[in-house]
Amino acid sequence: MDWLTTVDHKKIGILYLIAGALFFGIGGIEALLIRWQLIKPMNDFVSAQTFNELITMHGTTMIFLGVMPLIFALMNAVVPLQIGARDVAFPFLNSLGFWTFLFGGVLLNISWVMGGAPDAGWTAYTPLSSKLYSDTHGVDFYTVGLQIAGLGTLIGGINFLATIITMRAPGMSFMRMPMFTWTAFITSAIILFAFPAITVGLVLLSFDRILDANFFDVSEGGNPVLWQHIFWIFGHPEVYILILPAFGIISEVIPTFARKRLFGYSSMVFATILIAFLGFMVWAHHMFTTGMGPVANALFSISTMLIAVPTGIKIFNWLFTLWGGQIRFTAANLYASGFIPTFVMGGVTGVMLASAPADYQFHDTYFVVAHFHYVIVGGLVLGLFSGLHYWWPKMFGRVLDEKLGKIGFWFFIIGFHLTFFVQHFLGLMGMQRRIFTYLRGQGFDTLNLVSTIGALLMGVGVLVFLFNVIVTTRKPAGAPNDPWEDGRTLEWSIPSPPPEYNFKQIPLVRGLDAYWKEKMAGHTEMTPAEPVGSIHMPSASILPFVMSAGIFVAGLGFMYHQYVVLVLGLVITFACMAIRSLYDDHGWHIDPEETTEKGVKE
Amino acid sequence: MSAPHAEQVTSALPHEPEKATLEGRNKVLAFWLFLGGEAVLFGTLFATFLALREQIADGPSANELFKLPIVAAATFILLVSSLTSVFAIQAMHRGNKKSLSLWLIVTVILGLGFLGLEIYEFVEYVTHEKFGMTTSAFSSAFYTLVGFHGAHVLFGVVWISLLIGQLAKKGLTVVTAPKVYVSAMYWHFIDVVWVFIFTVVYLLGKVG
Repeated sequence: MDWLTTVDHKKIGILYLIAGALFFGIGGIEALLIRWQLIKPMNDFVSAQTFNELITMHGTTMIFLGVMPLIFALMNAVVPLQIGARDVAFPFLNSLGFWTFLFGGVLLNISWVMGGAPDAGWTAYTPLSSKLYSDTHGVDFYTVGLQIAGLGTLIGGINFLATIITMRAPGMSFMRMPMFTWTAFITSAIILFAFPAITVGLVLLSFDRILDANFFDVSEGGNPVLWQHIFWIFGHPEVYILILPAFGIISEVIPTFARKRLFGYSSMVFATILIAFLGFMVWAHHMFTTGMGPVANALFSISTMLIAVPTGIKIFNWLFTLWGGQIRFTAANLYASGFIPTFVMGGVTGVMLASAPADYQFHDTYFVVAHFHYVIVGGLVLGLFSGLHYWWPKMFGRVLDEKLGKIGFWFFIIGFHLTFFVQHFLGLMGMQRRIFTYLRGQGFDTLNLVSTIGALLMGVGVLVFLFNVIVTTRKPAGAPNDPWEDGRTLEWSIPSPPPEYNFKQIPLVRGLDAYWKEKMAGHTEMTPAEPVGSIHMPSASILPFVMSAGIFVAGLGFMYHQYVVLVLGLVITFACMAIRSLYDDHGWHIDPEETTEKGVKE
Repeated sequence: MSAPHAEQVTSALPHEPEKATLEGRNKVLAFWLFLGGEAVLFGTLFATFLALREQIADGPSANELFKLPIVAAATFILLVSSLTSVFAIQAMHRGNKKSLSLWLIVTVILGLGFLGLEIYEFVEYVTHEKFGMTTSAFSSAFYTLVGFHGAHVLFGVVWISLLIGQLAKKGLTVVTAPKVYVSAMYWHFIDVVWVFIFTVVYLLGKVG
């Protein structure tokens, strides 16, 4: 019950972690089923229809319900601590964002047992996703489920923007913010400007399917390419929503384990902002083959290639940070170091794809599949594992087992390269993406077998991590404030896990890497910026859960044309909003003498 | 710190009560951010409409359909309601709760008037012109864009009405002031969106 009503950002972070891990597991099982189907030519392990559902749900689940919540988990667990805040700007909204995401994700996934999952690819291109070609309720689950989950993401994004702008501790100027907080900030800004586009796209598609509108129906004047534009105006920035937090994690982990400050901090900030800006300018590079014409193709080619410049700045800054450092290869740092070459490989194929004439060859082949998995798995997922190993002691008070962490890393990264490296060549040889089987003797057999074996190894790597989590959780808590001993940022200056109020006294920040600066000055803790006093805390509330449940009910009603159910769901949601608005909630306080025993989390 | 009693707060209400507390400042900031997202939302809807406005299939065209006098009347009503919400905020800054509530009530009535005209317009189109959601790509884009705006107006009317009730119950405090302030921001925003709808949908449909 405590978990249903919590508004504590640290607990919400753990909720995001559990839910994200669950969906990550589902998406991973779907991936293994896909690879198992492709292990040999003319395999009949699953049917073509099931295969379509698997690839659609694998992509959708991983992007929206797996890795994004894991990013939000780390942001929730770490960002308020890094900026020296007691909480986020809107604790209630934070909880609402989580529950809306979870109910949206559940809605999407119950499609498996409610008459068929979406089967039009994770991009849901029209007319494939129109009623004519996809006549189950699958795509309806896609439009409504993603709509609800997207709402939660948008709420979370606005909350983090406001938090980072207004809640920084005294002395923490923008140019003293830790890199992970910077990337969380920029990612939230991208979310704010990208998600409304997909909101509109999903509305249009659901209107076409449920209300018989004609946005994408050519016979009534509609235009399917419109969907592609709207989808990628959201979809391309989404890629940077995913990768920038990984950049932030790497920028925290590498300086800590190289015992050096991050090389080129201000150029890192500049590069992050530039990548975010360019990310909005390049959506049509997904559409070179739709006939936009040579001028548009050339412009989108060039603007896409420009992104390699700030990304290159980042790569070199990490290398220069490692250069001459006293490097310790902990599990977290192994993942971070493994990230660098892997991500560079993904970036290079990205520049290849950005060349419009070459893209006519690569388009819709396994080369593209290899590219984006190198960026998203080799970039983001390695970054997430690095961040989880790094911040696990801060979140749970227990250090993950180093030996198991390293074993998991080697399984994962070897499996990863086995799976996806060969897919470049499969693509160049002409194997299309999204096919459920292939004929013997086209030269695809061996490489597909290798790819599937790699996928299994990656699965083993993830299982080792899970085993590590279980083993670690059974051990007694007792991680020190700063288990890595070289922690540089504010979160390492308070106990692990932090007490409910985070900071007994808000710290005074005197430079970049605030905690490191104090340690170098011979201090063991931060100088407080305020006297000891009673701490105001927000009250827990069940309303976010009920509101999200209401939206869930309304979504089901809309899909099945049950307008009574739709109205009932909306009434539940709006009633909760009215209750929240009419009854002021002043929260509660922790008194100074209680701070030692009360609020310390078990 | 228990919540200060409403009267005490009113007597010592600061000059800009909506920005007096951190919560209030957060609320105003986050609402600006939210409006940024809303701008993208309407931008995408406008782009969709512009892409499909000539695609009338077998249905009526914009030029045959729209009657400017009624749209002009609706525009006038909505723009005046923006002015009355400014009067409301000015009253709030003077600390005059009565005048504030009065101007909010006027704003709500004008908003309802606008909605009435819009509903009348839609009913006319559907019953007399055989122009519904399913008629053409143009009709789908029209109803979605204008309907989204209408839904925003409806939401604003309900929201401000609830706020009037809160003001009566709790008075003008540092808790209620930010709520009134952001609702006025919201109201201005949907007015601005309407100016674009008037231009892009109706004027361009008649003469463009």
